[in-house]
Amino acid sequence: MFQAVLNPGALGKASPFCDSYLKAYRLALLSRILDEKFASLYRAGKIHGGVFMGRGQEVLSVSLGMALRPGDVFAPLIRDAAGRLAFGEPLLDAVRTYLGSPQGPMRARDGNVHRGRPLEGLFPMISHLGAMISVVNGALLARRLKGVSGTVGATCIGEGGTSTGSFHEAVNQAAVEKLPLVLVVANNQYAYSTPNSRQFACRSLLDRAHGYGVEGCAVDGTDLEACLKGVGEAVENARAGRGPQLVVARLLRLCGHGEHDDAGYVDAKLKQSPLGRDCLKVAEELMQSRNWAGPEALAAWRSEAVQKIEQAVAQVQREPGPDPFKEVWSALSCRALSEGVEES
Amino acid sequence: MSITYLEAIREAQARALAEDPRVFIYGQDVGAFGGAFKATKNLAKTFPGRVIDAPVSEDAMVGLGVGAAIEGMRPIIEMQFADFSTAGFNQIVNQAATLYWRTNVPCPITIRLPCGGTSGSGPFHSQSMETIYAHYPGLVVLTPATVEDAYSMLLEAVAIDDPVIFCEHKLLYYHLKAEKLPTEALPVGKARISREGRDMTIVAYSAMVHEALAAAEELAGEGFQVEVVDLRSVKPLDTDTVMASVARTGRLLCVGESWPWGGVTAEVIARVVSEGFGLLDAPPRRLNAKDTPVPYHPSLWAAHRPTARSIAGAARNLLRM
Repeated sequence: MFQAVLNPGALGKASPFCDSYLKAYRLALLSRILDEKFASLYRAGKIHGGVFMGRGQEVLSVSLGMALRPGDVFAPLIRDAAGRLAFGEPLLDAVRTYLGSPQGPMRARDGNVHRGRPLEGLFPMISHLGAMISVVNGALLARRLKGVSGTVGATCIGEGGTSTGSFHEAVNQAAVEKLPLVLVVANNQYAYSTPNSRQFACRSLLDRAHGYGVEGCAVDGTDLEACLKGVGEAVENARAGRGPQLVVARLLRLCGHGEHDDAGYVDAKLKQSPLGRDCLKVAEELMQSRNWAGPEALAAWRSEAVQKIEQAVAQVQREPGPDPFKEVWSALSCRALSEGVEES
Repeated sequence: MSITYLEAIREAQARALAEDPRVFIYGQDVGAFGGAFKATKNLAKTFPGRVIDAPVSEDAMVGLGVGAAIEGMRPIIEMQFADFSTAGFNQIVNQAATLYWRTNVPCPITIRLPCGGTSGSGPFHSQSMETIYAHYPGLVVLTPATVEDAYSMLLEAVAIDDPVIFCEHKLLYYHLKAEKLPTEALPVGKARISREGRDMTIVAYSAMVHEALAAAEELAGEGFQVEVVDLRSVKPLDTDTVMASVARTGRLLCVGESWPWGGVTAEVIARVVSEGFGLLDAPPRRLNAKDTPVPYHPSLWAAHRPTARSIAGAARNLLRM
């Protein structure tokens, strides 16, 4: 669809990579604008709980979603709106979950980034960091037991999450079982407010790949081309049976931990360093320099994304909220065994 | 021909593996070695590739089970000791237990916990964990006290579409025997009257059922007829059977091997008092382990947990009221 927006004469040497790049950029842009919409709804008091943005991490996240196929498993983390969209999560799922619509996949029982469709391979994160990795391992082991091959499982984490026991246990487990797991670590320099220097003492998180006996690669998380290639290769390697793949990306979180956080603790020097580049601006410059897209196309894509999001938000805002009196208060699928069901 | 409680657990797993291709077992040393207690002896050989050794990683063991359950499998996760399940606690209570509520996708995972005290096992190999898991919504918590229940309830646990915490008592593993495996069973969620009586009710579960039965026998020699209710499942809790028993006897003593603060015994009493206060002829009582870690030395351990003797003593006091 995006080719229609492009000036055909400006395409130059259209290539599959160019197509992927443009598609990835547009999804990353969509996620950026979606996050910004949620932030503005939050500030207007229209969202309960928090809003967590992926600003600065969109091109890394989208690269993972782009490399996955239907049938793969994906357990995104909090800054992965872009990867979700690329994997195929409907825009409405995000909006309904943030706005608490019972028509969303979490039916207002869980909110914001805690959303997914497990039976479609999109696993909803719990808040405890590192906990999703072994769950992805389980799906992959199950597929092996069922004789299903050719699929991979992917999940994301920040550098802070690499300090958890769950992370260690699960990466080691995947390595022992040689599972087709792709683990993308976004080292965004701060776990909430804690800098790298208080998080780990190894030279690079990539060194851990050797410790676990898995393959690893480093990518520049601000560069869409590097991310598409690095993450894409990791996914291919996993699919080819080379076992777990660790991708470590360096970038800077260009927002607070959540919208409640002004991120005043971020070192100004980091913001001015190459890590602090806005990954979308970097991509825009590259597309223009290669004559893949001009200012008009960029503006048209932005306005199309805004329109899609406004439409989705308007639709969800008309949906009724959950009714506590009609809620089924049972935490068990076997209703007969549930203690929570109140007789009326 | 007789079969032990432990053999019943092994036989149930063998049958589950044989009858359902979705079942697999994952845990430390469960494969060729057959498990620390031999609950999976020979199963790896009989069911190649389906009885899988895990690294020492309780958190990742449970997480893997949840992922496999989402994919339609029926994992049985063996914790080497119930005590170590605290290292997988997060995945149990936050991942497995919340999945259905959050996503409408059931999580049919069975987590076997070899629990309870045995002589010389000390603070970290003796714990009873049913209270802490029963507290969380989204889990079924089973505490079989008999060979027959160990077999039938484990089979049922695997068949249930929700996460089941299966508390099997280590003290019963070898010495508790039955003539043969059962062909029929009470459903999960139903308590059993293990011994009928009209003077008082003792509610117990797991190994404490046998201590309660021994106490009831002792009291029978003194002319008291004590009814013993085996809860079998602590969540769901069969309040109806307990209430019906108390309606017959008017006196209630609840016995549990876990610690006294809160827990199953407190829950039973809370329900009886709030829903059946008028049925009681005397204040309900409960007897638990002492509020310390479980001691190592056999003579300290014997004093730490409720025994037939201490149960009989508490029952006498209650019968005099």
